[in-house]
Amino acid sequence: MAATNNRPLSPHLQVWRWGPAMLVSILHRVTGNGLAIVGMAVLLYWLGSLASGPQAYEAFLAHAGKWYGKVVLVGLTWAFFNHMASGIRHFVLDIGAGFELKSNAAWSVFTPLAAIAATVLTWAAILLK
Amino acid sequence: MGNGTSIGRVRGHGSAHSGTHHWLLQRYTAFGNLVLGLWLLFSLVTLKDYQFETVASWAAGPVAALGLALFVISTFWHARLGLQVVIEDYVHEPANKVAAMTLLNLVTFAAIAAGLFFILRLQIVGTASSVSGGMVKSALQSMMGGR
Repeated sequence: MAATNNRPLSPHLQVWRWGPAMLVSILHRVTGNGLAIVGMAVLLYWLGSLASGPQAYEAFLAHAGKWYGKVVLVGLTWAFFNHMASGIRHFVLDIGAGFELKSNAAWSVFTPLAAIAATVLTWAAILLK
Repeated sequence: MGNGTSIGRVRGHGSAHSGTHHWLLQRYTAFGNLVLGLWLLFSLVTLKDYQFETVASWAAGPVAALGLALFVISTFWHARLGLQVVIEDYVHEPANKVAAMTLLNLVTFAAIAAGLFFILRLQIVGTASSVSGGMVKSALQSMMGGR
């Protein structure tokens, strides 16, 4: 590639001072990719095992009940809520609102905290049934 | 560059050469994901348990099957749009970029097809029988016109 083409396409973490908006942006991409790859695979495994009958579904439940299965399911729940919260933040930013420094920082701190709270509430509802 | 009317220059261009098409699709599917994702989560949390009979008979219902199908299409499409941006950001070699985009499109179509097939199969089999594997098999065979 020619030297003149050698310009950065993506944010360079080393040269920017960290702030809450940056964390939310990075978490949005990380959780989005996690959901796209791991979430897609788990969803298809779940649907496929349901469609294959009780035996296959029991095998799915066995994996889901092991420690790694719980880590994946809780992780996907958190990723879903985090991506949802920062996605709603994107909708708000899309209409041109929320760019003032203070409110931008406040909502950037709020979105990951709301995602953690929603994850805890969801699993409490499942486990306390 | 610079010829034509101002709307002619703007339409379908910009740095991506596709206008706002990708950006808008990402938002449309995001809204679908928001509604369908919350519906799916609420449905799963409120199921009385996660045994095969409970989950299969729920998923085989017409509303749940349609919702699941829409969820698969909307989320997998959205995932494809998002992964495309990651490839554009981090894969710089043109040949690798073409290969990655080809793989992404094939995987997305395969994943959507698989998801819809599973839902349809569950719809056919799940309503016919949710008691045992043997009954499921015979129900499927009779539906397919087999022995």
